[in-house]
Amino acid sequence: MEKRFVTIWFPHLKTDWFVIKNPALKSIPFVLASPDHGRMVITAANEIAIIAGANPGTVVADARALIPGLQVLDDQPELAGKLLKALGKWFIRFSPCVGVDPPEGLIIDATGCSHLWGGEAKYLSTIQERLKQLGYTIRIAIANTIGMAWAAAHFAHDRSIIEPGEQKTAMLSLPPAALRLEMDMLERFQKLGLYQLKDIVKMPASVLRRRFGDYFLQRVNQALGKEEEYFEPLVPFKIYQERLPCLEPIVTATGIEIAVQRLLELLCHRLQQEELGLRTAIFCCYRVDGKVEKIEIGTSRPSHNHFHLFKLFENHLGQIEPAMGIELFTLEAQKLEDAAPVQIKLWENTGGLEHSDLSELLDRIAGKIGSNNIKRYLPAEHYWPERSYKPTDSLQEKPATFWQTHKLRPIQLLPTPEKIEVTAPIPDYPPMLFRHKNEVHKIAKADGPERIEQEWWIEDGEHRDYYCVEDEKGQRFWLFRLGHYTGDKSHQWFLHGYFA
Amino acid sequence: MQAAKSDIIARLRQQLHPLQGVKTTLNGIEVATASGPQKIAFPNDLLSYGAVHEFVCNGSAETTATSGFIAALLATLMKNGGVAIWISAKRNLFPTGLVNFGILPENIIFLDLQKTKDMLWALEEALKCSSIAAVIGEIPELSFTSARRLQLAVEQSGTMGFILRNNPRNLTTTGCVTRWKISSLPSNLENGMPGVGFPRWNASLLKTRNGKPANWEVEWAAGKFRTLSSINTAVIKTLKKAG
Repeated sequence: MEKRFVTIWFPHLKTDWFVIKNPALKSIPFVLASPDHGRMVITAANEIAIIAGANPGTVVADARALIPGLQVLDDQPELAGKLLKALGKWFIRFSPCVGVDPPEGLIIDATGCSHLWGGEAKYLSTIQERLKQLGYTIRIAIANTIGMAWAAAHFAHDRSIIEPGEQKTAMLSLPPAALRLEMDMLERFQKLGLYQLKDIVKMPASVLRRRFGDYFLQRVNQALGKEEEYFEPLVPFKIYQERLPCLEPIVTATGIEIAVQRLLELLCHRLQQEELGLRTAIFCCYRVDGKVEKIEIGTSRPSHNHFHLFKLFENHLGQIEPAMGIELFTLEAQKLEDAAPVQIKLWENTGGLEHSDLSELLDRIAGKIGSNNIKRYLPAEHYWPERSYKPTDSLQEKPATFWQTHKLRPIQLLPTPEKIEVTAPIPDYPPMLFRHKNEVHKIAKADGPERIEQEWWIEDGEHRDYYCVEDEKGQRFWLFRLGHYTGDKSHQWFLHGYFA
Repeated sequence: MQAAKSDIIARLRQQLHPLQGVKTTLNGIEVATASGPQKIAFPNDLLSYGAVHEFVCNGSAETTATSGFIAALLATLMKNGGVAIWISAKRNLFPTGLVNFGILPENIIFLDLQKTKDMLWALEEALKCSSIAAVIGEIPELSFTSARRLQLAVEQSGTMGFILRNNPRNLTTTGCVTRWKISSLPSNLENGMPGVGFPRWNASLLKTRNGKPANWEVEWAAGKFRTLSSINTAVIKTLKKAG
């Protein structure tokens, strides 16, 4: 496929920005200046000032003499870079691949993009219109190579579309500066009287190399497309991203829903063919006013089921504020994992933890209520009751050890053991009765003691002697005495749980 | 003649239950609760699948007994690696303690939700999912409408729902198929041996659709329910009326 590049040149990038910030500056001559060797030198000037003679590089004092009402503002050294970056990100709506071309340009890989706007002429005019609305004057050109597009944007003012195969003819009438050469080389051409590229290009390559070096030839070849030229995209290119530009800005909830569905179908189809499933995805809505609305979802296991994924997005679609309208939707799979196709079991309805229905249900619950409310427990290698289990947030994790079954454990465990008052006949015997929350329980049957030692390598403390007791009504409790029997009146007994 | 008539009636009755949204088997597993006198109380002889069962309890002792009873039921439901979802606001359930009932605690997923609205939503979503063996919700208050919604959801999927209502403020009619009250009974060991025996409960079936309320004393031993004695109050009452 033939590549098409757009370059945009902002001749008055910084001054345009100052005008946007302060519209009063629009009709008066003003310059931006920064100190250089003890004097103020103009770094940028608006169109009125340039016509009056205040070119960049002039000393401010001289310019003031030329133009009496000249407004001088302080230049911000990193402004141009920041502006270009922001503009480049804004340009994502026109093409996914946008790069910065310092000091005052952007490069856009428009391959396969322009037909969405109804042709290259409309594509360029839309860009021009939108930037004009923002307040920037630009020069724009589209060509098969970055070099040619750059040359046309800067020097061929009459034409902005260089058709494929026309590079050579289009180049001939341009000056050598159109090849993005260094200053001293340009001066050399000037000195030799070579004002147009047609005078130079017809010379044999060996002569050119000897006279002007490899760099010049490389630039010529890049402009003609004989040599590949690359640029660094501002936003790294996403492989698993789907885009949906809209002809008219979308403002309705139904419109957004349809956009999500379409993007999901496209993405899931691709993922399914490559046997991949997404774990996290992000849905971005690029609004007309330049803001971006985002929704993120996550799944507990890789999925390419677009019905399920849509349900996850559906819960959050209400958060999207379309404002004046959304002109571009993108859906990106951020985290991918292998998802081999599973054989469906027709005869088994109740599946285990591996069943996709379960993970999809949990995704929906996590999407609405938060995944920190979903808990699953695995056995831990501890006898201490509070540490005998550990939470896990994964559905796949298998227990590393066995659950303890040799001793009976209560079905309800109090988060912290509660103090009780007991009457015990003799040390090491289960109590006869105990009082908990002002209720006296007379113990009819008891089992125990079962001693559980504190794990000294984790925590200091005394051991517990557990008793399983049953009162007259049949309620069963798990009591323990902390430490050895001491004989004094200090509280040593605790209620820790209930048996069913 | 009489026998043939009752046979026809029994067959018709069996055909009637599936039409009313009551299922009794799921993949050939039968809940082993019903045996002997229990059969009388349940429609089509067994505790039904595809239904929401309500458990009412007052105080922590009854809650414990009820969760034990539910855990015993879950043991049968989760036999072949089935998964259960337990939804509650404040939970003291001890995962390690469930092992004694023959449940693998790692197959239970706990959802800790604070708002009743969220709980009902999660319950309904979970009940719609047919690959889950059972869903347990600890919700004190349940309106007729929300119970009906849950019942409709569960009839589609054919799983089982248990609603555990701790200290409910008002006990109005709900759309649940049964309403139970479980309380613990003193255990008993053979020959007066010392120590605590197997858990025993008094399970009273307060309400049941297409069946008769009843009362049983059951013991959970060796992974099975055992009925101790039965006082079928409803039957006695009807007998008294007739007499």
